[in-house]
Amino acid sequence: MIRSAIVLAIFVLSGSAGELAVTYGMKRAGAPEYLRIKPMISFLGRAFCNGWFWVGVPLMALSFYLLLVLLSWEPISLVIPASALSYVVGTLGAKYILQEDVNGMRWAGVLLVCVGVAIVAAG
Amino acid sequence: MSNERKLRVKTLVMVFAMVVCATTGDSLLKHGMTQIGPVTLTHEGLLHSFRAAMSSGTIWFAIVFLIGFMISNMTVLSWADYSYVMPASAMGYAAVTFVGMFALGETVSPRRWIGVALICAGVFLVGQTKPRTSTVMEAAR
Repeated sequence: MIRSAIVLAIFVLSGSAGELAVTYGMKRAGAPEYLRIKPMISFLGRAFCNGWFWVGVPLMALSFYLLLVLLSWEPISLVIPASALSYVVGTLGAKYILQEDVNGMRWAGVLLVCVGVAIVAAG
Repeated sequence: MSNERKLRVKTLVMVFAMVVCATTGDSLLKHGMTQIGPVTLTHEGLLHSFRAAMSSGTIWFAIVFLIGFMISNMTVLSWADYSYVMPASAMGYAAVTFVGMFALGETVSPRRWIGVALICAGVFLVGQTKPRTSTVMEAAR
């Protein structure tokens, strides 16, 4: 059980860290000027050349691998709802690392989504 | 239309594209893999499944939608907050439930409906906040 809890923590942390790194990379790459083909190709070129994107991708791959490991140890009805913790960890990362202004209403929304996803995923 | 409203509309359109692409891609992947059959965890079994997957039109169609999801996710994160996009994209769970019920005639348990209602309420609350609040990124660029 302790082994599963540790791997679950690493799974949630690596997944959230990967997504935060990709978000940081996309912000640094800058938004496309228009949502048309040429600016979008230019944006994707900038995004794929950004180092933070390539920091995020292996972290997300690690998270996916750990999810498979967890699924081989514990029942899916426990693992998938527990993975909803990513919403809370991701929001904490967004607040303290990306310095987003997460007000009370957004926190309330995130917590409702987190509980809702856990209930839906539990089946 | 004010800049704030334009940003909100642009963000919601991209989140909608994310949800549609992810839901369609996952459903097609599930359909394609069901057609291929159970994967045997041996060298020959994996090779056979890989070849079958790569020659399946449904799997390629799924891959196109999942690439669409990745591009729309990357694009929306280039201007919107992660803490705004991440919970909003959970609408996919609600979308799957509605598709399952209305298109596939599946029975949805009351517990699942409670979960969907909580997700919808949460997304509604997050949707009331500003899509972009972080200014640190602008300075970092």
